[in-house]
Amino acid sequence: MMTVRTSPHIHGSLRTDKAMLMVVIALLPAALWGVWSFGLRALFVLIVSIAGALLTEYLLGKVSKEFTLRDGSALVTGLLVGMNMPPLEFHQFYIPLIASAFAIGVVKWTFGGLGCNWMNPALAGRVFVFFSFTSQMSTFRTPRVFLSDAVTSATPLSAMKTAMSAGGAGRSSDLLTLPVTDFAASLSDKLGISPYAVDAFFGNVGGCIGEVSALLLLAGGIFLLCTKIITWRIPVVYIGSFAVLSWMFGGIPYGLGAFHGEILLPVFSGGLMLGAFFMATDWVTTPTTPKGEIIFALGCGFFTFLIRYFGALPEGVSLAIILMNIITPTIERFVKTKHFGYVKPEKNAKEAKA
Amino acid sequence: MKLATFRRGGVHPADRKELSKDKAIERLPLPSELIVSMSQHLGAPATPLKKKGDTVKKGEVIGSASSYVSADVHSPADGVVTDIRKVRVASGAVADAIVIKCDEEQSDPFTESYDWRSESSEELLKLIRSMGIVGMGGATFPTDVKLTVPMGKKVDALVINGVECEPYLTSDYRLMLERPDEMLEGVMAAAKILSPDRIIIGIEANKLDAAELLEQKIASNGYPITVQRLQMKYPQGDEKQLLKATIGKEVPSGKLPLDVGAVVCNASTAYAIYEAVRFHKPLFERICTISGESVNNPKNVIAPIGTKFSDLIAYAGGAKEDLVSLIGGGPMMGFAVADPDTPMVKGSGGVLMLPKMIEDVSFPCVLCGKCVQHCPMGLQPNKMFRNIKYGNYQAAMDLGLMDCKECGCCAYTCPSHLPLVQGFKLGKKLGRKKK
Repeated sequence: MMTVRTSPHIHGSLRTDKAMLMVVIALLPAALWGVWSFGLRALFVLIVSIAGALLTEYLLGKVSKEFTLRDGSALVTGLLVGMNMPPLEFHQFYIPLIASAFAIGVVKWTFGGLGCNWMNPALAGRVFVFFSFTSQMSTFRTPRVFLSDAVTSATPLSAMKTAMSAGGAGRSSDLLTLPVTDFAASLSDKLGISPYAVDAFFGNVGGCIGEVSALLLLAGGIFLLCTKIITWRIPVVYIGSFAVLSWMFGGIPYGLGAFHGEILLPVFSGGLMLGAFFMATDWVTTPTTPKGEIIFALGCGFFTFLIRYFGALPEGVSLAIILMNIITPTIERFVKTKHFGYVKPEKNAKEAKA
Repeated sequence: MKLATFRRGGVHPADRKELSKDKAIERLPLPSELIVSMSQHLGAPATPLKKKGDTVKKGEVIGSASSYVSADVHSPADGVVTDIRKVRVASGAVADAIVIKCDEEQSDPFTESYDWRSESSEELLKLIRSMGIVGMGGATFPTDVKLTVPMGKKVDALVINGVECEPYLTSDYRLMLERPDEMLEGVMAAAKILSPDRIIIGIEANKLDAAELLEQKIASNGYPITVQRLQMKYPQGDEKQLLKATIGKEVPSGKLPLDVGAVVCNASTAYAIYEAVRFHKPLFERICTISGESVNNPKNVIAPIGTKFSDLIAYAGGAKEDLVSLIGGGPMMGFAVADPDTPMVKGSGGVLMLPKMIEDVSFPCVLCGKCVQHCPMGLQPNKMFRNIKYGNYQAAMDLGLMDCKECGCCAYTCPSHLPLVQGFKLGKKLGRKKK
């Protein structure tokens, strides 16, 4: 019996569920680094958030009579929620659970499931619990390398913000009193860069579980680029525009003047790498046209800069991306692709129609 | 040196030409029965001229062109008409077909050589029309219509399409390799009609040996032809993409290549033109690739028009057990057929036998934008598909649905395996009806 179907009769290797697994693989090194750096509690947070996401998806699937676990999107959402959590105490397990349930249940399922949500579920879940449990969500543990000093520590970004509100002026190497690794200190002596930037790049800083190692996130991002799951446009334009804005205007609040802002520390610290490679490139909530992607990324870069330097919060990636998610349908509506052989309709023709 | 290609979109499927690339062209033993459809070409089907019981001669007109955009159909063999019935060809078109039972003894006409260089271009055009020549790349547009330049238009470039960008197919490649002199003569005959400023043969990078051979032949004959090597990228064999790649011009939406001063002609068509002007031989046989993972002996054969796919399969050593679909044409744009007795037509450059190539999964559209990225026409397949899905055909047409040529790049890359091309075919039909 011959199978008859419409052309094409061959298909590329890209498949939604496999792509989701690829994203998980790309995220794993950074997640494991977080577990190593912050201990078993980090692993517990990751497991709870993944389990919460899968369970919510499964139970809601029972309601809507769909079995959607196999598309893998709930797994990615759960993992991302977990990676966006600080290493919480064991008894605070309800926070990642609520975040995951909110992400899958409210942000994704109510709008029609995979492909229909207009906001990145993982980010929405994170922001929801951030504003609900602000103090717990802002307490960061000291990474393993500095554990001898204190149990909790500030992230470089929040420390910078505190120094700024206290009226401090100068670069991060002058303002911060956080511990640095010997390696970072020696490298910063040689190259003249901030030692905190070096530590942030290699992941020896406090922060959310999945966002601390810029290096491993970059590696995961490049893996996604090579497998053609994401394109270069959003990460490169996002990080690039943010870096340029930081350099141009980021020095002003720190009394350094225009065009003297720091670049490396802001780029490598906080959730920028995780956001730019894994959240802002989410298929569903970003524009589909190349031009739209660039507008989206520029907007993300601008809002991240605005919130980080001039807002009350030390961290702006999640809010910036969510803000641009909201604008995405509008971008989609107005940014059109240029058709092959497009001819401008002549004016006469338009008048004749009218 | 970086090779030229078209700029926007396109995909890179594995070309799989190694299956039949090195198989020399063989002549298929004449099948006992031929089913010659009257719908061999784009445009109106031909009108059958024979009745049941009539005898036919090889090369005799058995169907006459019924309008300007139509072509004569000739008998591929000596024999008797046993039946005239409605038959479905691979593209799905149903038309009258003349069933011919072939005689044991076959005549061998069309050996006398004529000097076409002394004839005027009007005479050559007439000859091409009466020989029933159509574009053999798959679209099967009547060649004489294509070669007729309207008053006041000038042909800047004649582009010969040796791209063969569909995976698996090797018929044009074998032709260029084995009959380069004949093909080039056909090109020159077309050039005589059009008198273009330049003649370019576009060949993709997986056929560089053919490009080299053609260049040698061009040099030794002193033809004013250039061979342009192109990067491998599907759908470069489409005339709009080919013109963008070779002469850098974009055919405006809804217009023809002639509007940018170009005419595109397939390599096999050039060969058919050669046979028509040199031997006054009508188009009743063509080179066809029989390939795919599920055929025992992939081959390139010369087969008469009207040969049943089943005869081709039998000649190629039969199908393997894992055969799932039988396709007339290439894997990207070809048509799957249910009936192995479907006959070949003038546009059948290949018959493929494929095992299961596509997983039966589908997910909702995740708005990844891969289709937008890969659409060579710069369309937004995701939006058009959504509109068609909800019955809003006009909105889909406003988004440029009619510019879609169903090349399949969007469906090939869609991670959610949406039937995009199927949607567009449907949308075009229903959209036209509503108008």
